[in-house]
Order: sequence, then structure tokens, then C-alpha cells
Amino acid sequence: MWRYITKRILVAIPVLIGISIVAFFLIRLVPGDTITALLGANYNPEQAAVLRTEYGLDRPLVVQYFIWITNVFKGDLGQSFFTNQGVLTSIIERLPVTFELMIMSFLYSVFIAIPLGALASLKKNSLLDYTASFLGLLGVSIPNFWLGTIFILVFSLFLGWFPSGGFVSFFENPILNLRYMAMPSIALGASVGAVVMRMTRSSMLEVLKQDYIEMARAKGVTQKMLIISHALKNALIPVITVLGIQMGYLLGGSVIIEKIFSLPGVGRLTLQSITNRDYILMQGCILFVAFGFVTINLLVDIIYAVINPQIRY
Amino acid sequence: MKEFWYRFYKNKLAFAGLVILLVFLIMALFAPLLAPYDPYQMNPGVMLNAPSSDHLFGTDQFGRDILSRIIYGSRISFKVGIISVGISLFIGVSMGIVAGYYGGILDNIISRIMDVMFSFPQIFLALVIMAVLGTSSTNLMIAIGLVYIPIFGRIARGSVLSIKDSLYIEAAKSIGVDNLVIMLRHILPNIMAPIIVQTTLSFGFAIRAEAALSFLGLGVEADVPSWGIMLNQGKDWMEMAWWNAVFPGLSATLAILSFNILGDGLRDALDPRLRNDID
Repeated sequence: MWRYITKRILVAIPVLIGISIVAFFLIRLVPGDTITALLGANYNPEQAAVLRTEYGLDRPLVVQYFIWITNVFKGDLGQSFFTNQGVLTSIIERLPVTFELMIMSFLYSVFIAIPLGALASLKKNSLLDYTASFLGLLGVSIPNFWLGTIFILVFSLFLGWFPSGGFVSFFENPILNLRYMAMPSIALGASVGAVVMRMTRSSMLEVLKQDYIEMARAKGVTQKMLIISHALKNALIPVITVLGIQMGYLLGGSVIIEKIFSLPGVGRLTLQSITNRDYILMQGCILFVAFGFVTINLLVDIIYAVINPQIRY
Repeated sequence: MKEFWYRFYKNKLAFAGLVILLVFLIMALFAPLLAPYDPYQMNPGVMLNAPSSDHLFGTDQFGRDILSRIIYGSRISFKVGIISVGISLFIGVSMGIVAGYYGGILDNIISRIMDVMFSFPQIFLALVIMAVLGTSSTNLMIAIGLVYIPIFGRIARGSVLSIKDSLYIEAAKSIGVDNLVIMLRHILPNIMAPIIVQTTLSFGFAIRAEAALSFLGLGVEADVPSWGIMLNQGKDWMEMAWWNAVFPGLSATLAILSFNILGDGLRDALDPRLRNDID
């Protein structure tokens, strides 16, 4: 087991190096450079030269990369050109919002999608199955930014049940926090829930056909026991992989959802960095999001190896 | 082939997907004939008018006909879809076949590049590429195309690995057939099934990505009647004019839905082993 985990971590290292190279050099592809963007209309060559020297931008790119990556290892992602705040500090400040959004979307998906998928498979070709399949198809097709917009239109503007945007910390006012987070998390989690529901349904159908299920049935195992202990437990193994992948997509989707619902999370910070052409902050956000994505995938692989006895080390 | 058509025809949902898709395709192809108004024509006299017999989907804040803009919007979606999926299909499949066929260090390098590209959430990567390249339709197609390369790469590589030790490949090699010919004539046709399915599904992803990036103001130019742009502008007026936010999004959803159900249907018809929903 430990050998597998070590191997998996070692495989992630070149990927992380690749990510850092992409994050660093992608920003360098921007026409002009960060100083041109920073000075904007006030651009003058003398001041630009001074700033380039100050930020080390006059040195060879490879040298710049190594300076940057050494600082990253020390936990220093640089400073925002616009706010002068440390990039890591800005990200950490915003992280709880994105994290809560992801966790809530994840919980909605798990607690609604898995039971719905399992029920649909047990009542194959029933009205429930057709409804679940339709919802699944709709869920994977409906763009989350439109779903979010419709939620605001119906539940905020017409019915007035939920606020259309903003954020209050959970520790400050839990009830208000949940009211603020309800619509964004459902809008973000809908597609993930749909994927998970479809996967649970097809995986359950596959498992229900297996001989050991017939055997358990023949031995007189109760229906409830059969479904929970024998069928669902095994059917959930591929679902966990899908859930892991989808967690990463929640991270990507949060950029749009945070913008629509004015949530002060990492996604909106990334968008702000793009709008302001704040390249140091943008670079930090890219590195952070990709790092988060790789970490989630790594954890999923490890969990998968732990729960799936078929995986050999 | 006959069996494929039979299986596909029997799948009512997939067939419905094809019909919806054809409707959008006709809209895109014949937009100038079908659109009741000029999509760019502003008309201060009918600003934010509700759906009526004159304007079936109502008008926007500049008095432009929403239905006409949606019809023209299908052109943008399809254009972005075709070109961006074309980019990812061509580059991804080429890289995947080369990696799978030659193996060794080449496979290692290509696979690690794919791994790195896979390490970014797709929409996030497209967003960053757009930020770097700048807002324009061409850049948008490049950004979306680049993002989906690794999906095609992995599928092609996996499929090649499963067939490259087949007898017919060995036979072709043993009589000295050129590697390029083997890859194009013997491998490519035999790995087409999963690639066709992925291409169909990717059209849906591309349409969604285009709408999402345009919605964020990082997609096509602001004056282009794209569904994402319409939704972005329409959401600011939706308290007074809900139709501005509803119809463009509905169009995007229907188009994506049609590709998704068509993709599912093709998967079932082309290779029952790949079925997503087991009946």
C-alpha cells in the first residue's frame, strides 16, 4: 500500500513541475509585459526600466523562473501589483469561501445523487427511473452560469427567498451564511450531481447483474441488506473516482459561480487578476488552482486504492 | 454499419437529439433567411419589449430582436464548436496515436504533457489562455481547442495500445509497410468509435465553454450575438425583462443537450461495451 502511495506521489512531482512551468511561462506570453500593464497610460521607458530591474524582469527567463520557484517553495508567491498584498495571503483569505462552496456542492451531489441513482437502478424503466435519467441529462447539459442566473431570477427577484449575491462567514452568522450559499452551491453542484447520479445508476445496474448478488439472494439475504451491503457498496467504487474528478471541476466552475453570486472566493480573485491584468496574482492563482486539482486527484487515487480490493500494489 | 444504424434508430432519445441538432444546424446555416430581423439593428422604440407576435422572444435593452440574435448566435456556437473541436481532434489524436504506437520516451514525453494539461480544470485553463491571448473569436477557438487536446490524446493512445499488438498490425509491419501508413490506414480506422463519441460530446463542451467565456467577457467580441454575451448583458436587465436571460440560456442548454444525448446514443450504437447507461 505504502509503495503504491509513494509511487503515486512520485508520479505527481513531474506534473507539478510542469504546472509551475506553464503558470510561469504562460504569463510571459502576454503581449508587452507586466510592467507595461502596471504602468498603463503612465508608461515611460525610464520608470519601466527601473521597475523591471526591481522585479528582476530584465534577467533571462530561465533565471527568473528559478528565482520564482525558489520563492514559491518558501511560501512566497509574490505581491499583487495592484493591492500590494501578498498573493498567498490573498488566496488564503479567499479560500474558505471557495472551500465552503465546493463542500456544499459536493454534499448536495452525494446526498441527492447517490440515493436517486440507486433508486433509479432498482426501479428500472419506472417513472422514477425516467425522471432521474431526464434530470441527469438535463444536469449535465445545463450550463451552471445559466442555472445560477435562473435561480437569481426566480428565487431572489421574483420570490425573494434568497439573497441574489454576497457573503457572510459561517462563523459570523451560520443561518445567513447558508442562505447566501444555498443557490450558488446548488447551481455549481447540479452537473456534478447529474454525473454522479448517472454513474451510480449504471454502476448499480452492472453490479445487480453479478452472480454474487444472485447468490446472496438465493441464500435469503434481505432486500435491504442486499442493496446496501452487497450492491451499493460495490457499485460505489467507480462512483468515488467520478466524484474525485468532479471535485476538480467544482474548483474550475467556482470561477463563474463566484462571479454571478458575488462571492469573495479564489475564483473571483482569479477573474479580478485577469481583469486588472495583475499577472503576479494571476500566476499565483493558476499555480494554486492546478495544485489543488492535482492534490484532489492524488487523494482520490489513494482513497480508491484503499477501498478497492481489486487494485494490486 | 447496418447494425449501427438499426441500434441508433431504435434509440428514440438519441434520435431526438439528432433532430434538435439538425434544427440548430439549419438555424446556423440559414440564419439570414430565418431571422425575422437584423440581429445588430437597434430600435429605441421597442426596448425591452416582452415576447409578442412581433418579437417572439422579446427585445433587449437596445431594442434588438432576441430571436434573431439567438438564430445568429447558433452560427457562433457551431463555428466555435467545429473549429475548436477540429483543433483538439487533430492535435490530440495525432499525439495519442504517435505516443501509443511508438511507446518509449516519446510516449513518456507526450503523456507527461497531457498530464500537465489535465492538471487544470478545463474551463479555468481556457480562461487563463484567453486572458493571455486577448478577447477575440479566433483566440477563443484556439483556447477551447487547446484545452480539449488531452482528452482526445488519452482516448487515442489507449485505443492504440489495445490494438497495436494485433496480428494485422504485425503483418503490416513484417511486410515493411511504412509506419505513417500503418498509423493512418490500419490504426486510425480501428480506433474511430470512441473518437467519434468523444467528438460529439466535445461539441457540447465547446458550446458550453464558448458561452461561459463570453458570459465572463473573455470570449467573443462584445458586439457579436453569442448566447453567452446575450446572457451576460441580459442578466443585468432580467428584473424588468426576464426573457433577456431566459432564451439565450435555454438555447445553449438545448444545443448542449442534443450533443450529449446524441453522444450517448452513438456510444451505445457504436460499441455496446462502452455504454454509459446499461439497460
